Amino acid sequence: MAIEPRKHAMPVQNPQARARNFGEVALGYSEELALAEANRCLNCKNQPCVNGCPVNVRIPDFISKIKNKDYEGAYQVISATSTLPAVCGRVCPQETQCESKCTLGIKFEPVGIGRLERFVADWHNAHSSGGGEIPAKNGHRVAVVGSGPAGLTCAGDLARKGYSVTVYEALHTAGGVLVYGIPEFRLPKAIVQKEIEILQSLGVSVETNVVVGKTLTVDELFDAGFEAVFIGSGAGLPNFMGIEGESFNGVYSANEFLTRSNLMKSYRDDPETPVMKGGRVAVVGGGNVAMDAARTALRLGAEKVYIVYRRSMEELPARREEVEHAEEEGIEFLLLTNPVEILGYRNKENPKDEKNGFVTGMKCVRMQLGEPDERGRRRPVEIADSEFVLDVDTVVMAIGTSPNPLIKDTTEGLTVNARGGIIVNEEGLTSREGVYAGGDAVTGAATVISAMGAGKTAAKAIDDYLSRK
Amino acid sequence: MYQIIEKKSLNPTVTQMQIKAPLVAKKARAGQFVILRVDEEGERIPLTVAGVDPERGTVKIIFQIVGATTEKLNRKQAGGYLHDFVGPLGMPTRIDGLKKVCVVGGGVGCAIALPVAEALKKAGASVTSVIGFRNRELLILEDEFGACSEKLVVMTDDGSYGRQGNVTLPLQEMLNGGETFDEIIAIGPLIMMKFVVQTVKPFGVPVTVSMNPIMIDGTGMCGGCRLSLNRDGKRITKFACVDGPDFNGYEVDFDEAMSRGRMYSAFERRAHEAACNLLKQAGEGTHHGD
Repeated sequence: MAIEPRKHAMPVQNPQARARNFGEVALGYSEELALAEANRCLNCKNQPCVNGCPVNVRIPDFISKIKNKDYEGAYQVISATSTLPAVCGRVCPQETQCESKCTLGIKFEPVGIGRLERFVADWHNAHSSGGGEIPAKNGHRVAVVGSGPAGLTCAGDLARKGYSVTVYEALHTAGGVLVYGIPEFRLPKAIVQKEIEILQSLGVSVETNVVVGKTLTVDELFDAGFEAVFIGSGAGLPNFMGIEGESFNGVYSANEFLTRSNLMKSYRDDPETPVMKGGRVAVVGGGNVAMDAARTALRLGAEKVYIVYRRSMEELPARREEVEHAEEEGIEFLLLTNPVEILGYRNKENPKDEKNGFVTGMKCVRMQLGEPDERGRRRPVEIADSEFVLDVDTVVMAIGTSPNPLIKDTTEGLTVNARGGIIVNEEGLTSREGVYAGGDAVTGAATVISAMGAGKTAAKAIDDYLSRK
Repeated sequence: MYQIIEKKSLNPTVTQMQIKAPLVAKKARAGQFVILRVDEEGERIPLTVAGVDPERGTVKIIFQIVGATTEKLNRKQAGGYLHDFVGPLGMPTRIDGLKKVCVVGGGVGCAIALPVAEALKKAGASVTSVIGFRNRELLILEDEFGACSEKLVVMTDDGSYGRQGNVTLPLQEMLNGGETFDEIIAIGPLIMMKFVVQTVKPFGVPVTVSMNPIMIDGTGMCGGCRLSLNRDGKRITKFACVDGPDFNGYEVDFDEAMSRGRMYSAFERRAHEAACNLLKQAGEGTHHGD
């Protein structure tokens, strides 16, 4: 039987329709499509895909189970190493991880591993009859700070080994970036909620409204009887460009814009928490967060949305799939373009004019790519006399974050690097005995799966440490 | 869920509540704030802590009914619950080493100024308090300020109680008269804090102001609470939730802060009207001005 050279396409919502609703864009494989895609897997001996996965999911094994229509069995294979299959199947950059190593990918398109993972996780969530067994307790207590992907993974792995785990979350809802950052159309909140319920069924306790570093310190967690602490507190303060006009009304950080829409549900018709809707929007930046912000703006009713990025499409760091989706939905990419000033309304005659202080446009310059920098990326250089004004009334800055200072400021002996990221060794151990860390709090903004990988590594190290004790 | 232990109306637009939140009560110090949500769909609003009782595990909040959320909060009764209550957030007011301080409070800002004045007195400082209100009906916490101040001046805009005029008037008189302070701590509307800074500037007395901008998470994630400071000829951005809420009054760009505070005023007006209409329809509306 000849091998299908291309991945089976993912059914998606029509671009015109989806650009105006918050329903999920990718609809998921049917059983028929999943079986057909699973049959593309060569089940090769050396299994390079497994090494491409930060949490080493036994990929060929779960795909074999799909081929035999044993979907629950496939789920069990995935969940043996991954805490959040339904999440990873949706938001992992498989094209640069497992799928980039796929043997089939040498000649053809690689197997759609992420799509199959999603199919299996969704099948399980639709058919399983609830929680598994609660593992026998081993008598050790571990505190996890932050309920994002790093924290949830660490908590899940430890709970399965019998640890009593308490997860502390600063916000009112658990899930971290999966809830406040990634929009509903890419990751429905019900899926995150389901994953958290699965952890709770394993005995993990989740305490919301606790800011570690403020409400409780790391030292107080040890005083309270926890024997190890994992810090997965995520990214922190949003970066701004430092140009004129960033304080005008209508300039948001991507964190704020997305948090208002996602966590605070400002996208609803009659929300309690406001967000600027409609109008003309510029999102500055080229990462996945920028794509999320731009596509959210569109769904909030914007008449025009631009992505403004200073390099070219080739350097743009967002996932190709997200870029394609954004383009299909009508978002315009202004590449090799850099903002130099945000313009605002000022009625000198009438200081009470309600429009005073609101954004009226963004002054930009055209760029060209010059010599490569130390990381090999070609440096963007301003083109002389290329200034122009982009007619927008909302600007979203999606240019990264700097680590949050709350924990380092209140934890003596915890060392951080020059950028404020917590320093850890290869096992996730910090400079303090019994304190481990991982995810964006260590690396700065990165991916969900790398945070999960760090949570997993730390869980193993914590288990080794407490077993020795 | 966080229980409302006590509720008391301080004036027609200002309400005081004691909330059961033992972890916050144990930690909070003067100048810090909490973020609360009234119910599951509610907005997150920051409120500065007005006092704590660590023994009883309660946190005192004092709020003015200014919008849909505070309207909803005010409808809650003792025994009821708030959905979320998190803190203490921000940095405590720095009072170490201060011997002689003038605390200036304006309107509901007095609720935040009071714990600072009390903490100063407890630390052995001499406290002069100047508190100002629009009129007699809106006066709050006079006795409490009296108890922790060596000298208390009450001002009203219309002269219906105390002296007529702004809080800057007695401040100017004291400084002109040769009175000296290690620091002036001003807490109230932005416009009041701006004018306190202008009044004090010729005398070179350090001024600390407490900022209360729009924010969501309160932990340094959203950046909505950013404000600009002019420091050593340079403009720098700070986040009120983690760097503040207290700032050096001479550095703060008040005009920008006022402008940012108006970002959602049209939205808030509509939401407040809708909330009031609902109350009227339910036949339980109480009139209040703000």
